[in-house]
Formats: sequence, C-alpha cells, structure tokens
Amino acid sequence: MTDALIRRTAAEMADDLAAGTTTSVALTRAHLDRIAAVDGAVHAFLHVDAEGALAQAAAADERRAEGATRSTLDGVPIAVKDVLATEGLPTTCGSKILEGWVPPYDATVVARLRAGGLPILGKTNMDEFAMGSSTEHSAYGPTHNPWDLDRIPGGSGGGSAAAVASFAAPLALGTDTGGSIRQPGAVTGTVGVKPTYGGVSRYGLVALANSFDQVGPVTRTVLDSALLHELIGGHDARDSTSIDVALPDLVGAARQGAGGDLSGLKVGVIRELAGDGWQPGVMARFTESVDLLVGMGAEVVEVSCPTFVHALATYYLIMPAEASSNLAKFDAMRFGLRVLPEGVDSPSAEDVMRATRDAGFGDEVKRRIILGTYALSSGYYDAYYGQAQKVRTLITHDFGAAFQQVDVLVSPTAPTTAFKLGEKLDDPLAMYLNDLATIPANLSGVPGISVPSGLADEDGLPAGFQVLAPALADDRVYRVGAALEAALTDKWGGPLLDRAPVLEGER
Amino acid sequence: MAADLVAFDDVLATYDPALGLEVHVELNTSTKMFCGCPAVFGGEPNAQVCPTCLGLPGAMPVVNRKAVESAIRIGLALNCSIAEWCRFARKNYFYPDMPKNFQTSQYDEPIAFDGWMDVEVDGGVVRVEIERAHMEEDTGKSLHVGGATGRIHGADYSLVDYNRAGIPLIEIVTRPIQGAGARAPEIARAYVAQLRDLIVALGVSEARMDQGNLRADVNLSLAPKGSDRLGTRTETKNVNSFRSVERAVRYEMQRHAAVLGTGATILQETRHWHEDTGVTTSGREKSDADDYRYFPEPDLVPVAPSREWVDELRGTLPENPTVKRTRLQADWGFTDLEMRDTVGAGAFGLVEATVAEGCPPQAARKWWLTELARRANESGVDIADLGVSPAQVAAVQALVDDGTVNDKLARQVFDGLLAGEGTPEEIVAARGLAIVSDEGALGAAVDAAIAANPDVAQKIRDGKHAAAGALIGAVMKEMRGQADAGRVRELVLERLA
Repeated sequence: MTDALIRRTAAEMADDLAAGTTTSVALTRAHLDRIAAVDGAVHAFLHVDAEGALAQAAAADERRAEGATRSTLDGVPIAVKDVLATEGLPTTCGSKILEGWVPPYDATVVARLRAGGLPILGKTNMDEFAMGSSTEHSAYGPTHNPWDLDRIPGGSGGGSAAAVASFAAPLALGTDTGGSIRQPGAVTGTVGVKPTYGGVSRYGLVALANSFDQVGPVTRTVLDSALLHELIGGHDARDSTSIDVALPDLVGAARQGAGGDLSGLKVGVIRELAGDGWQPGVMARFTESVDLLVGMGAEVVEVSCPTFVHALATYYLIMPAEASSNLAKFDAMRFGLRVLPEGVDSPSAEDVMRATRDAGFGDEVKRRIILGTYALSSGYYDAYYGQAQKVRTLITHDFGAAFQQVDVLVSPTAPTTAFKLGEKLDDPLAMYLNDLATIPANLSGVPGISVPSGLADEDGLPAGFQVLAPALADDRVYRVGAALEAALTDKWGGPLLDRAPVLEGER
Repeated sequence: MAADLVAFDDVLATYDPALGLEVHVELNTSTKMFCGCPAVFGGEPNAQVCPTCLGLPGAMPVVNRKAVESAIRIGLALNCSIAEWCRFARKNYFYPDMPKNFQTSQYDEPIAFDGWMDVEVDGGVVRVEIERAHMEEDTGKSLHVGGATGRIHGADYSLVDYNRAGIPLIEIVTRPIQGAGARAPEIARAYVAQLRDLIVALGVSEARMDQGNLRADVNLSLAPKGSDRLGTRTETKNVNSFRSVERAVRYEMQRHAAVLGTGATILQETRHWHEDTGVTTSGREKSDADDYRYFPEPDLVPVAPSREWVDELRGTLPENPTVKRTRLQADWGFTDLEMRDTVGAGAFGLVEATVAEGCPPQAARKWWLTELARRANESGVDIADLGVSPAQVAAVQALVDDGTVNDKLARQVFDGLLAGEGTPEEIVAARGLAIVSDEGALGAAVDAAIAANPDVAQKIRDGKHAAAGALIGAVMKEMRGQADAGRVRELVLERLA
C-alpha cells in the first residue's frame, strides 16, 4: 500500500490529490514511514521534520476540501537540501560550524514551496558547504547510493538525489555550482536540472560560489522537474542577479517532448566531453541515447568547444576565490559554533574565531579557503583569478558559437558511474574530475538537465545524459530530456528505478 | 606618548609636505545601503538589523538606489566624471564588528572619479584634485566593557551593535596635494570645511563631524625639499573637527620631520588622533603587504547609471560655491577680509542660515566669529557643532534689535542656550536679563552716581562730556548691566547740563 503511494511520480500524486483518491497526510505519512525504513542505510536526511510535515499536509488537505489549493503540487511532500535556509528548521550545510543553527528566515525558494503548499519532509545531506562530488565530505557522515550502498550517491547534493532515488521523497531541491544537481542525478538514476543562472532566486542559499550557484529540481521524471521549476523559478527582488523575465513554459515543453517528435531540432555532441577516462559503459549508453534522438527526428552534429578543456582549471580558481570570502562570515560572533581555544586565558575575539574555524571546518573546506585566498592575493590575482575570468569569458564565447549552430548541446553527465565510498577521498584531483562535463554550464550560466540513460554494462550502475541549452531557453532541456526519457522508458518497459535493488528495511 | 617634534618653520626649511584626505560621508538615506533596515541613529542596540546586514548565511544584498543617486550628486558637485558602468567589490579582512568579514565597497571602478574642488584659503584659491568618490557600507560598532580605557586591550568583554552596519557611506579621496608648504594644515582644514558645506547644500547627509556623519582621515608624508617623489605616508584616522584636521596635519609634519631627522624612516601605518592631548599615536601597521584581496562582488550586478539620469541629477545641484560666495558677499556687504575670516572659520554656511532667519548680516558675522567662535574654541569643537543654531542666533539678535537686551546681556543668553535653558526669550525671562526701562529706577541710580562722584560731576558741568563714561560705568554696575547705556548717558547729561 505504502509502496504503491510512494512509487508514483509527483505529477501523479498531484493528480491523485486532485481526484481525491489520496490525501496529503497519507502521502506525507507514507514518505515518513519510508524514511524510517530505509534512511538508516541510505542516510539521505540530516533532519526529518515529521511533525511539521504532517501539520503542513493536514493544512493542505483542509485547503483542498475548501477548494482553495495553492498550486498544482499543493500537498505533495518535498525534501530540501540543507544548504537552503529554512525558518525554524536546522540548516547546517553539512558542516559542524553550523551545527544547531536555526535560521530566522526562509530562502525565497523555500518560501515559494510553503506558499505552494508542499509539506517539507526534512533537510538532505550534502558535502560540507557543497564542496564535493560524493557527499563524503559531509561532517555528519556520507550518504549511500540506493543502487549500491557501498557506493557514493554523487555530490554535493547526494542527499537530495538519494532521497528521491530511494522513494523517500518524490521531489527535492538541490543546488548546482559545478554539477551538484546533475552529477548526483546521473549516478542515482534520477533527473536533475540546473536552471539558467538568475532563473531561480539564490536568496537564502548559503553560497558556495555566488556566480555559479543555482537552485534546481531533483526528481524522478522530467515532468516533475518542470512542475517544481515553475513553482520555485522567476524573479525575486531580494536577489539582484535574478532575471526579471518570465520563465518559458517548462511544463508545456516537457509534455511536448514526451510526444516523441524532435523533427527540426539540431543537436550538437560536444567533441571535448568524451574520450580517454570516460567509462565505456557510460559512453555506450550516451551513444544509444543520441541514436534515439535521431530516431525522433533530431539532426545531430558534432560540435567543438575547444576551451572546455580549461573549464575545470578555471572553475577551481574562481569557485574557491568566492568561497574563501563567503566563508569568512563563519566566525563564531553571531551564529553557529563557538569554540574557545584551549590553554588561552581570556581569549580575544580573533583567538575564538581561529579556534572555531579550525574545529568547525573540514579539510576540503580548508583546502578551498586556502586555494581561494591564494588566488586572490596581491601579486597572484592577475595570474590566477584574473586569468580565470578571461578564460571564463572564452568558454561563454564557445557556448555562443555552438548555439549559433545547434539548438542544444549534449554529453554524458559524468565520466563514470558511481565509484566506491572512500575510493577518491584522498585524491582531490580525481574527485574534481567527476564534474568535468557539468562545470562548463556553470561557468557561463546556461541551463542543463541530466536524465538517466541506462545502466553501464561493466557495473550495472546508472549513467546520465546531459542536455544544455542557451541561457533563458530552459524549455529546450525539458523538451529534449522528456523526449529521451519517453523513448528510453518505452525501450526499458518502465522507469529505470524499477530496476534498483530492494533496500534493507523494505518488505 | 608624545614624540619629539621639530618646530614647524624648521620642517618647512628641509621638507615639502604632501597631503591627502579621505573623507567618509554617512548618507541620510532612510534605509541602509544593501537592505531595507532603517538607517537612523539611536535605536535599541541590534534592533535595526536583518539577515542581510547581520551577514547571516544565505542573505543577499540589494543596492539602495537613493544611495547611488546621492553618490552621483556628490560626484557631480565635485566635478567628477560619473562611471557609465561600475561594480562593487569585496574588501576582505576579519573584524568582529564587520558582519561578513568583508566590506562591500568599490575598488578599481568607483562611481565617480577625476574631479576637483576649488578651496578658498586666505583669500586665494587652491584647486584640490579629487581622485575618486565611491560607495561602501559602514561597519557595526564595538563597545569594550571593563578595563580602564574603553579600548579593546584590557577590556573584560566587548559588545557589538550592528545597527550601524550597512549604513551607506561615500568615501571621497583626494589626489596628493603637493606644494602646499606652510599652508598644508590650513588647506586641509579649509578643504574639509568646504566639503562639509557642499554636502550640507546637497542635503545628502547630516554631515556632523562630532556625530561621525563626516569622518576625515589625514594622509601625510614629507619629502626632501625640491624632490618630486613622495615620502612614506601615515594615515591619521577619524579626525573629528575642522580644527583637529589642521592640528593633526601640523603635528604629523612636525613628528615626521623629527623621525626623519634622526635618520630613521617613517613607518607606513595608521595613527590615532587624540583630541585632548593634540598628538597622534601608532595604530595598526599598514604596509603594502596588507592585502584585502579585492574582487568584484558576485552577488550584485554592475551599477550603470544612464546618462539621462546623470543629467537629470546634474540639474539638482546647488549653486556653484564660488559663484554663491561672490553673490552673497555683495548681498551682505562684507569686505574681502570679513568674507575670508567667515569662510576660514567654517562659518559661511552658518552666517548664511542665520541671515536667512532674518538676522542682519553683520550681526550674524559678529556673533559667529567672536562670541561663538571663542566658545567653540574653548570646548575644542567646530562652531557648527557647538549646539547653537542659526535660528537661535537670529532670535538673540532680534532681542538686541528691539532693545530687550544689549550685546553684553546677549552673551548671557548664549550661556543659557548652551546650558539648554530653553529659547532665548525664556532665558531672558528666567535669568531676568531684560534691560531696565523703568525711568524711576534708572534716574535714582544716576542721581546716586552723581552724588557719589562730585568731582566727575563737576567736570561734566564744566563741559567735559568725555568724563561721563565714569558715571555711566557706575550706573551700569549698579544696574548689573541691565540698562541701556545710551539712555544712561542721556540722563547723566540732562542732569548735569
């Protein structure tokens, strides 16, 4: 019974609620039960708010009884990445330095979830301050991939992806700075969208790198992402970088794409995002997916974006620079952890700041603070941060040139399937390489989606297919993503997640 | 600790001073630079704060349009170019009263740049070049509790009030002023005084130095006479009056010369000005290695004021100060010397406002430049900050004009004003200062004086009217000053005719 409820898509749940065949309380309770059953093994959640979620669900049911629903998704529960401020709910960003901090305000996207009537199940696990590709850098322990509990769920938003993949939540919010929505989507067999930069408000998102960060949907279907994207997106006066232009019709694009007709669409395969180091099984699923697009009438060409080979280096100069400055505010003065230095009589404010930051930040965070501080330092600024900004501009030019030729660009989302927990923990460079294909979109602000492309032959683990579109043309990634999803689901005879193993705690 | 100083004239025999001024103007916008919190003083500590100005995780800034408008108007009034496109930048350093541990400021792309202001000094005009005027946010305020000094060292604990955090500031930076020689201290004072007048005329700030609305940092260096390079500079912080600006420049010139004279070098550092002792002491060492790691603020989009808007704002500027002075000098009938003294005392705006309240120009000048300047000097504040308003001065003069008090009694009215005893009329009543116009009482005093001074009375009877002064003095003394001396003279001469 519970299983039947939670395995529905969010769009189906919304239909069930509208038809009166279920209630928000039943849905919410089913997901809370699921969390209780499987999350001990998966550890997708850092905080579960059962009481709050059920109260919000009861309110949603009352509204519906009075005919006063607030949105299509009113009553459908959701999980929120712990990097988004939630009034009254702890927000840790996966860091000890924010342990116990309860924000006095809601992020704009969270406020929009509440306004839309979605009960918030809890906060999901993540790499500390969104720094990582495996969720192993969470100060509260890693999240496990529902496809294989010994493997990583991707990162930094491994918690949101694993929650959705393990049917602990039908919807989740993620954030994507260099791939933190799309790469977890790829390795967990789920859908993740990074909207156009400025398309969704960042107010209340605890910044990793402000010029890259975007909030986006984490779901099991393309249509569900479109529904959620339309709910959270659009202009916000509290975020100066938010774009004051109406969103395109994303739900319409997803429905259109699902019809399976891509005639007239030009697709570019990015030459630089393939080759050595790309897992054969991932490439095989990618190639098959491209063939399916052709089968639906798309014209496919190869496109070269030569500067993309510098994307990773560029990203790892600008991102830490912004992060080093963003993280300065964690100083024990106004909120969060406060550690007194040992063996110091009447310590100064500076002593307390030092001791707190030493105890409160993990190694990866310290590594990036040091990198960023260095890149911005006098005498090095021009060679590192300044130079990186120039390359960033060139990468944007490459995108511009490519989108002169084609409507969308495609690549595998990540070079490999999920690796083993601990495998790359001591090799930061190997870890960073996971985001090779996702980073270019963040550098130039264009939207991207990752949809499941199947299981790699070598390991039977999910691979992801990435679609990128020009800024503000988010509807295109939904159209192409939905088309591919429909074709693949048809081919597989059902959703990919039906093939995921039964989790401990499941009956 | 006071260093040995070189006599001022000896400094100039050996060195050329170079002077630079950084003035922070706190804008009077109703909300803060990057959030909607009220930007007013005097609230309960930490009552005017929100996630943004507290620097809470996730909060973001939004630029205050009114602050940009004020910045542009200041820039235009200082003859600056206005950037067509500029950005905010983060200035990164840790300090407990700075919420984000970076200040959102502007770095290499200020909103206004390359301007000038003609400063009147001693009847001449010195052109001070303005390098830039840029927008930034203020920090919170630390209160150090316990210990003897109220300073951070030795305090038991510190409290931080973030109400001030995020209040909009405009920092106005001059280019080095060279070749000023002995006039360097005066030029510094005149520049700040004239800049304040300009800010007041623009209406963009309360511009009270004693309340920190206007804060001056004085950069000074000495170079060997005739050398065209600049020496190592010191930056003296938060000099809180025009008078202190002048004194701080003079002091630093004398101190630099003393240090250089021993063969030592000047340490590039910030220094604190001590109003009470008139010296500066070493603050934070500020070497070129001091690295703020500036980079463009990624949470804000560039500020790109349209040329139409800039032109519209140009139309709102107050009258050019030089033109205005020439016009008002003619209106007021001041001599060049009177005008120069008025400007030099920082009283031009005050006289103007007093005249606007109906006071005759010469009377306004007299009160501000004598009685009130003396009192300001005694209290070590600028006359603008003395606590007497132009309207009050005009009201006192009105009492003189209608014969209620004379000049001498008027001084006591000012005493009452400074003591907060009410309006001039109330003070006259409460202190019983009105001139005695009771002819009977006056006549009796005159008769008594004549009787007590028969020799003097005889001289007057003999036609030596100049001797009347002694009798008038005696009567005035008897009446405790509250008599019209002219009327007393008439009475004396009538009786001894």
